[in-house]
Amino acid sequence: MRADLSQRLLRDMIRIRAVEETIAARYGEGKMRCPTHLSIGQEAPAAAAAAVLRPTDLAVSGHRAHAHYLAKGGDLPAMIAEIYGKATGCARGKGGSMHLIDERVGFMGSTAIVGGTVPVGVGLALARALAGGDDIVCVFMGDAVVETGVFFEAANFAVVRRLPVLFLCENNLYSVYSPLSVRQPPGRSLQSVAAGLGLAASGGDGNDVRAAYGLIAAAADRLRSGNGPQFVELATYRWREHCGPHYDNDIGYRSIEEFEAWRRDDPIVRFREALLAEGTIDGAWLEATEAALAAEVLAAFAFAEASPFPEPEQAFRGLYAKPLGREAVSCR
Amino acid sequence: MPVMSYAAAIRDALDVALARDPGVIVYGLGVTDPKGVFGTTLNLHQTFGPARVFDMPTSENAMTGIGVGAALGGLRPVLTHQRLDFALLSLDQIVNNAAKWHFMFGGRRSVPLTIRMIIGRGWGQGPTHSQSLQAWFGHIPGLKVVMPTTAADAKGLLLESIFDDDPVIFLEHRWLHNMTGEVPGGDHRVAIGSASRLRAGGDVTIAALSLMTVEALHAVDHLAGQGIACDLIDLRSVRPIDWPVIEASVRRTGRLLVLDTGYTTGGVAAEIVTHVVESCWSDLRVSPQRLAMPDSPESTSPALTESYHVRAADIAAAVGSLLGRPVETASLAAARRHPHDVPGDWFKGPF
Repeated sequence: MRADLSQRLLRDMIRIRAVEETIAARYGEGKMRCPTHLSIGQEAPAAAAAAVLRPTDLAVSGHRAHAHYLAKGGDLPAMIAEIYGKATGCARGKGGSMHLIDERVGFMGSTAIVGGTVPVGVGLALARALAGGDDIVCVFMGDAVVETGVFFEAANFAVVRRLPVLFLCENNLYSVYSPLSVRQPPGRSLQSVAAGLGLAASGGDGNDVRAAYGLIAAAADRLRSGNGPQFVELATYRWREHCGPHYDNDIGYRSIEEFEAWRRDDPIVRFREALLAEGTIDGAWLEATEAALAAEVLAAFAFAEASPFPEPEQAFRGLYAKPLGREAVSCR
Repeated sequence: MPVMSYAAAIRDALDVALARDPGVIVYGLGVTDPKGVFGTTLNLHQTFGPARVFDMPTSENAMTGIGVGAALGGLRPVLTHQRLDFALLSLDQIVNNAAKWHFMFGGRRSVPLTIRMIIGRGWGQGPTHSQSLQAWFGHIPGLKVVMPTTAADAKGLLLESIFDDDPVIFLEHRWLHNMTGEVPGGDHRVAIGSASRLRAGGDVTIAALSLMTVEALHAVDHLAGQGIACDLIDLRSVRPIDWPVIEASVRRTGRLLVLDTGYTTGGVAAEIVTHVVESCWSDLRVSPQRLAMPDSPESTSPALTESYHVRAADIAAAVGSLLGRPVETASLAAARRHPHDVPGDWFKGPF
């Protein structure tokens, strides 16, 4: 792997981690007043995918979308401001943490219903396919999406029409607190479900960012050469609670041992140590990179804090592309 | 002006839209089959090709979300369901994505998606092929909902819906498909949110929609022979509702009868009565009335549907009640005594 690509992957992961850790540290201040799902521990798939995707490729995501939005190039201050509910937020305070959008970089939206953007991504691919070209659409999804009906329906249509969709599944083993054992029968892999639908399925270690990059790049190459939709499953783990800033290993739905084993497999530490050992980076690079990212994150939070809240009447605006005069009246 | 059926007018609108804008796509179960969704999409794929006019898997929810995505990708999709009841499988994508997208992303992008749903009735359609749930869709901020009655309005509102930048639920009653009328050629438009005054009169305001407007026309013309002049308003849109037209009429007549093809409780008729009571209280001479479907599903057996639906004679009787005077309805009922469970003698099933 080229040095600049390795550095980009590490830098993107460190950046995501820095943003998420800062959110966690400051969540208790009570200024970020929305459900917030952190990506700490599962930064590698997002960083790898974003390094594969072109700026003109599109992406959609679900409730745990910070990493995907940031890696695709989404505006960081606008994301933090959105979580703060500010008028400068990427959704102008209407959506919060679970509704991120930055169409300038092809991040077309993340939504809060599990599986909800899967058909949206397929529809974007349909529009791209009608227009021609070899851009692809990446549908970021979690393991629970594989058990939703809309995934079966949307994946089937993507297969029928050979649409350029990359279904990128981060398998972090849990849907909130529900383990895979109550959601899939013993011995059935998510890849086998995808393959049964006709998706070309592959998978691997989602905490090994280089391996993840290789899998995603290969799938993207197959997509661009017209081989039909692809499914890539990456095994990873969320360190903190499903929703919120805390650790929740004490409440009993997963074991401390399991958590510690995954934390020892930290995707950032693994890659950082490998790059240091190979000489791709050195201590000075790391120090400068971390300092620059810390400053960027601090600036984003300062921007969010300093930004104004939306005007109260915005609660009743923006329902339609062109305001309906009588609608605006009847909602007051 | 050419005379054509409501179904042909819908096909004409789709033909105009597909020819006008290469971003228009038309899809749904049966769209390209030999029957072409009661003729409304017949052979369009032969003119515009299978990439733009296509059949689909029986996957209503995903195909709705795919329409949302295609709309975000720059297309103007038209999705068709042969029964409204089938579209209930897609409520998540309609309510959580299509209706919300523009609002929840701060107005960054709208969703120009049109969803046609056909409302069934009679010939044993039964509990799950006959529901008229405009109130559900009208309840959702972010959706627009239209229910044209005439062939011309079907064409004009469908074209307006397709080229509107927001998601529109387009509700067509199966019993209207074979009704004929004059339909303007070309890119004929009817504004969403505008009602139509089909009969002018000062005695009673009748606000009706879809097939109930047809029943009302029979009743109003029958009552005219008894010296009763009704102001008949065809809503055409359920969200937004044309309140100024309704309010102005009620201020003239002081009497309101609302007709609805949906269930009575929590329906569009209830919304209109509430609004009029709130906004026109001092103009009302008697309490408003509504005639809607009973709060029970439509049965299958013709023996169980004979007294289920509101018909012209019921409407005439309700107008008499609002006026506090007897009206003759027996001849109206007798004149419309063709088998009650079909739209006309020509209908031989199957759906």
